[in-house]
Amino acid sequence: MDLSYGEEYEQFRTEVRAFLKDVWPPKGDEAELSKEDGARRFRVRATEKGYLSRGIPRKYGGSEQPSDEIRANIIREEFSRAHAPMDVKGIGTAMLVPTLLEKGEEWQKEKFVEKTVHGELHWCQGYSEPGSGSDLASLKTKGELVGDEWVLNGQKIWTTNAHTADWMFCLCRTEPGASKHAGISYLLVPMDQPGIEVRPLPQMTGGADFNEVFLTDARTPADHIVGKRGEGWQVSRSTLKHERNSIGSAAQSALMFQGLVHLAKTTEYDGRPGIEDPVIRQRLARLEGTLKAHEYSGLRQLTANAKGENPGIIQTMSKLIATNIGSEVAKIALDLIGDDGMMDPLESGGMMARPGSQSSWINQYMFSLGIAVAGGTANIQRNVIAERGLGLPRDIYAERSSGK
Amino acid sequence: MNFDLTEEQQLLQNAIAQLLQNELPVTRLREIFESETGHDEALWKNLVEMGLGGLVIPEEYGGAGMELLDLALASETLSYGGAPGPFFGHSLAALAVSLAGSDAQKQRWLPQLATGDAIGSFAFAEAGSVWQPEDWVMAGGDTLTGTKLNVPYSELADVFVVGVAGGGLVLVEREASGLESHPIDGVDRARRIGALIFEATPCESMPGAAADRVRDAALVLLAADAFGAGTRLADMCVEYAKTREQFGVTIGHFQALKHQLANMAIDIEPSRALYWYAAHAFDHIQGESARSAAIAKAHITDNVMQIARDSVEAHGGIGFTWECDVQLWFKRAMFDRAFFGVPSLHRERQAQLAGW
Ligand SMILES: Cc1cc2nc3c(=O)[nH]c(=O)nc-3n(C[C@H](O)[C@H](O)[C@H](O)COP(=O)(O)OP(=O)(O)OC[C@H]3O[C@@H](n4cnc5c(N)ncnc54)[C@H](O)[C@@H]3O)c2cc1C
Repeated sequence: MDLSYGEEYEQFRTEVRAFLKDVWPPKGDEAELSKEDGARRFRVRATEKGYLSRGIPRKYGGSEQPSDEIRANIIREEFSRAHAPMDVKGIGTAMLVPTLLEKGEEWQKEKFVEKTVHGELHWCQGYSEPGSGSDLASLKTKGELVGDEWVLNGQKIWTTNAHTADWMFCLCRTEPGASKHAGISYLLVPMDQPGIEVRPLPQMTGGADFNEVFLTDARTPADHIVGKRGEGWQVSRSTLKHERNSIGSAAQSALMFQGLVHLAKTTEYDGRPGIEDPVIRQRLARLEGTLKAHEYSGLRQLTANAKGENPGIIQTMSKLIATNIGSEVAKIALDLIGDDGMMDPLESGGMMARPGSQSSWINQYMFSLGIAVAGGTANIQRNVIAERGLGLPRDIYAERSSGK
Repeated sequence: MNFDLTEEQQLLQNAIAQLLQNELPVTRLREIFESETGHDEALWKNLVEMGLGGLVIPEEYGGAGMELLDLALASETLSYGGAPGPFFGHSLAALAVSLAGSDAQKQRWLPQLATGDAIGSFAFAEAGSVWQPEDWVMAGGDTLTGTKLNVPYSELADVFVVGVAGGGLVLVEREASGLESHPIDGVDRARRIGALIFEATPCESMPGAAADRVRDAALVLLAADAFGAGTRLADMCVEYAKTREQFGVTIGHFQALKHQLANMAIDIEPSRALYWYAAHAFDHIQGESARSAAIAKAHITDNVMQIARDSVEAHGGIGFTWECDVQLWFKRAMFDRAFFGVPSLHRERQAQLAGW
């Protein structure tokens, strides 16, 4: 066991630090740029140095670095220390781009990858339907090839950012005669067209990040399919894998916990700072135990990945553990803020509230539940741990409904 | 960055597991569990022949000169196999003498502790749930008078490291005058405890200030032991779920049970990295050593106790019997949780050490 990074990696860290010191925050003329333009300029530079878009080939605007989990981790650490912009976040970079790189046609990569990683194209994920959530493969939205176009009819729901997206990657049933999983295709659909109607769905928080999407003779060219007809299920599996990794990141949990400790130090509770209350101290300490176990397990997985070894059952657990931590953070925070926990988070700032402000904790109290559901519910995660991790029998109903 | 075990460490764990598989079938474990002494000389001999008597004793005194992580890994595997006996108390006594003893004291004790010819133990706890060095009341000096409780294998050990007021450590030999020992009926019959009563008993001070370090090491070893017990219990439950049938199928088909087992898995598996880290910090990350040890002890022993309770339920009626092996590791979990202070105590220390 050796938790130092070794000379070569420390050298690399020094280089990253020096780079950041030079260019972030923006200096000289660049300091005048808008926040967005400044970030864009920065990303171009960081990509030239090989720090961003590392998994993306150069011809699609990436820096095409050999896969190195440890360098990637050093970059993450140093960039977040400097509050510098990381790779553009979003469902497009997190899920669509890896899928296209793995399964897409050459022209599809050329058309979509670079613009997506540079934040010029925005995507939404059209998977869930009113009747198909956990049992996603039961989806019914129909895709028919008419001439040289797919014609889509049906409804998607809970579609995050459908109202701002340029494109949707979408699962549809294109092979009506085939079995449940073999009848699905993965299509890329432009959002700006008469056949698509987006209706915002107000969330319990009062905000509206997700939507219903109605498809009525919506169209996309015949070649806008990833993988072959009927292969959409397998194609979509690779993206779900990416989603789990990103939601499960222990670093995010650690940041949330730091925020909670800060709240406990600065909030009066029962006539003294919350952090001095014995019950709050116990709850924070207990939660920190779970958090540290999660963080160090991340180091274990990092090491295994770097060596090309299988980290084992732990990799099925990240999402559920991170969800549990997020819920506990939110519950302790709500107890700390006392009467303010009755306030409407939107009225007092909502999603736009300063991070760490009371309204952002009220929002987090509800938002943590959205995270528990999105990308596979906690129960579905437990099924995965029990079946794939512990080798217990597959769910009888799930098996029956897949025709096995 | 390499957060993983070395090949030697894996070999050590495999060798211990193999030995226990051969020498300690559950039938034998039960005999020792129910015996008068809770000790099996043949098993102890096997273990010390593998070098487990002196893993952390410096090489110049006949030990293996290894680190706390190695000792913790051994603890995990011994616990998984249910090994009874004085390993825990002995290891801490050896560590305490290595850290705090004078040259003469090391010369005298470490070689025999390393070979296992002498068995060591430590006497820290006092009446009123007093465990921590800062709370010790019994006065030091040239002689000791008073009582120490919960001393591992007090009936068996040849030498005791005793904690005294102010956080000092002294050595007392079994033959010392004015020393009496009495067994205490502990719940975990695989780790016996007893009381030592001192009446003007001669003792020898150790010059080094090591009580805090020894405490940290004890907490890490208890965490590692609890981890071994927790994985054993969780494995037993999964195994049972794959064999026991009800309603015409193995009970592992039932989702409620699957989810209970999945929850057990997320409560135990990440703890492996937690105790590794704490053990590694003990030797390599000074500033984090005490706090990491407190976190590991509180978190793992607490989680494993709950896993043990759930394991009884997961086995149904048989789980509640003396005959079912769950009780053996259930009691290990009870010992690991209570020994050296309950989780809430170490969570408060964890908070203080963070400056909260
Ligand atoms: C904030 C948020 C954002 C989202 N964004 C998107 C998006 O951008 N694109 C998209 O396609 N979808 C999105 N979703 C949808 C999300 O993927 C689904 O909500 C989720 O998969 C659950 O499906 P469902 O809502 O139909 O619930 P259901 O599947 O009906 O589940 C209801 C309850 O039944 C339980 N349950 C169901 N099946 C089982 C089973 N086999 N075993 C045990 N329990 C079971 C569930 O755990 C849950 O508790 C989003 C959801 C949320 C909350």
